[in-house]
Amino acid sequence: MAITRNMDPKKCPMPVQDPMERRNNFDEVALGYTYEMAVNEAKRCLNCKNKPCRSACPVQIDIPAFIERVANEDMEGAYKIISQSSSLPAVCGRVCPQEKQCESKCVRGIKGESVGIGRLERFVADWHREHCTEKPEMPVSNGHKVAIIGAGPSGLTAAGDLAKLGYKVTVYEALHLAGGVLVYGIPEFRLPKMIVQKEIDNLKAIGVDIETNMVIGKVLTIDELFEMGNEAVYIGSGAGLPRFMNIPGESLKGVYSANEYLTRINLMKAYKEGSKTPIKHSKKVAVVGGGNVAMDAARSAKRMGAETVYIVYRRGMEELPARKEEVEHAEEEGIIFKTLTNPVEVLGDDSGEVCGMKCVEMELGEPDASGRRRPVVKEGSEFVLDVDTMIMAIGTSPNPLIRSTTPGLETNSRGCIVTDGDNGLTTREGVYAGGDAVTGAATVILAMGAGKAAAKAIDEYIKGKK
Amino acid sequence: MYKIVRKKELNPTVTLMDIEAPLIAKKAEPGQFIIFRAFEDSERVPLTIADFDREKGTVTIIFQIVGGATMELNSLNEGDSLHDFVGPLGKPSETEGLKKVAVVGGGVGCAIAYPIAKKLHNMGCEVHSIVGFRNKDLVILEDEFKAVSSKLCMMTDDGSYGTKGLVTNALEELIKDGNQYDEVIAIGPVIMMKFVCLLTKKYDIKTIVSMNPIMIDGTGMCGGCRLTVGGETKFACVDGPDFDGHLVDFDEAMHRGTMYRDFETHAREASCNLLNKEVK
Repeated sequence: MAITRNMDPKKCPMPVQDPMERRNNFDEVALGYTYEMAVNEAKRCLNCKNKPCRSACPVQIDIPAFIERVANEDMEGAYKIISQSSSLPAVCGRVCPQEKQCESKCVRGIKGESVGIGRLERFVADWHREHCTEKPEMPVSNGHKVAIIGAGPSGLTAAGDLAKLGYKVTVYEALHLAGGVLVYGIPEFRLPKMIVQKEIDNLKAIGVDIETNMVIGKVLTIDELFEMGNEAVYIGSGAGLPRFMNIPGESLKGVYSANEYLTRINLMKAYKEGSKTPIKHSKKVAVVGGGNVAMDAARSAKRMGAETVYIVYRRGMEELPARKEEVEHAEEEGIIFKTLTNPVEVLGDDSGEVCGMKCVEMELGEPDASGRRRPVVKEGSEFVLDVDTMIMAIGTSPNPLIRSTTPGLETNSRGCIVTDGDNGLTTREGVYAGGDAVTGAATVILAMGAGKAAAKAIDEYIKGKK
Repeated sequence: MYKIVRKKELNPTVTLMDIEAPLIAKKAEPGQFIIFRAFEDSERVPLTIADFDREKGTVTIIFQIVGGATMELNSLNEGDSLHDFVGPLGKPSETEGLKKVAVVGGGVGCAIAYPIAKKLHNMGCEVHSIVGFRNKDLVILEDEFKAVSSKLCMMTDDGSYGTKGLVTNALEELIKDGNQYDEVIAIGPVIMMKFVCLLTKKYDIKTIVSMNPIMIDGTGMCGGCRLTVGGETKFACVDGPDFDGHLVDFDEAMHRGTMYRDFETHAREASCNLLNKEVK
């Protein structure tokens, strides 16, 4: 069917909850395109032959093909195309940094704004969830077993792909709930947990077993997983120990790691009235760091009732590693950005509670090894930020539980699991790894991409053994 | 599900439960801990493993009813199941090469000290146990300790049972009597562990303590359980819970332990009110 192109240089804006209202609730910020908006936006896609967007997608979704279906109002057809490549489309449509991936390569972006690929992906996934009652088909078993460690984005992706190929997949999750960072880290207002649950239910419907409360490396080792008949193991155990700055005062009451703060709020539901999980109800909060996790922590603190919330980041606004939309949303909600600022000490009162944060101003010097300009301290710029809570969102270092109990599994100097090239093979035969456990803290979609690549490699490995 | 196969009240505020958890029972070692949630909406709470039976597939926990979560746990009975039970977490206590050890337990901490005393005894180590309680009614595990110790000092704060005094009084006397310990293992309230360490430092006896800070996941993710040991930040869940007591910053640990005191008080009262309503 011929499509009348929509040549509007701007992408259709995402309807959102009003900032003044949303900063007081945990409901989803972005409301999603309407049917008309989605069809109209889809018509902006030129359906280029060489599909630059697709090659910029870590899981290689056939983007122009699904968008064409949307333009033709074949939403289920669009969903089928996405789900060939992505196990968690409703999640990716919400949390991917599209502006750095697919949308950054969109031809429409040269002379205007790129097509709203992420927004369309979200629309399609939501439409499917709301309209499709059809149960996913149970794949035909191929008689092989694979174990997956960690029910986060990486493990779930690998599980989905392997299950579709007929493998009997068991996912072992350390927490009491599957989802990994999607349930303990990313807040409800950015990714409703109902959506995550639905994606997990879909995996269960195609035969994936998820065993919660299973800390691999403790209750079972990788060697025991092989003894249980698994022919390959995928490690997607995620990020580990939160990093601190090693400055004085970090053990004061009111200093949180972002992992702890967000886990209390998201996984343990401290934001809900009557929750049994305690959390500090702060008035003035400083979140240290500039990534998505920092934005999530800051915006959560605001919603938990804090009057003043700062993002304290040692480089400038331009260097913030967070998704652009998260930074914009944070600014709209009244988060104050203290960039080119670095904490040097946390101050405490007599009862051991945080009562301030001593900072220095920074300026950007020569580029460092990462190519980014290195922040250097401005002489005599010390000042005290009046806060009662400090949240550290400066990254994590990999969890030691698996590497310390798996002989022959090599890790690098930072504790990340060493893998061979793109397929995730570790130094142990049949053991694959991906996601934050390999790369250190990164994004949901990169973890999913790694899970996908490993699933393919595992399939080839097991088939090759025969 | 994790079924409660035995429940026993050890004293009015301390309960013992054997939980069906065969995989954990198979791997558990003294010094390690589990995290439980009684119900689907409960808090995650760590408890050190008090005993285990690899054949029966059970793990024993002993807990003091102090807050909302332990009240919920105590509301369950034999035959009921816990919603979540995960472990064994943390590193096992190191016992290799020990020939003579003083095991010091305070209050419900005795529940954690006991499996270590038992393991030491079973491996042929001479065990002197010093256990302290506020009063006679709160004494737990006396027979168990007797069975694994060549000497048992029972101390109570008010003298209503055993000897009146603190565990440190008894320990110092034993040291002065010429007992040469390879190690002292102290498990109990932070303040008790602090004073045991101050004493043993004076006599230069290596002392291991088991820390039980606030934590959520227990697997090295949240960082809530961090403490300062020898000037470095350590995580009790993956680096511990056992640490060299002479290096632990106990004052800081005590401060951090009070982080949610108000919330806990409130939660406990709320739970009491709910229970009262049910009774009515």
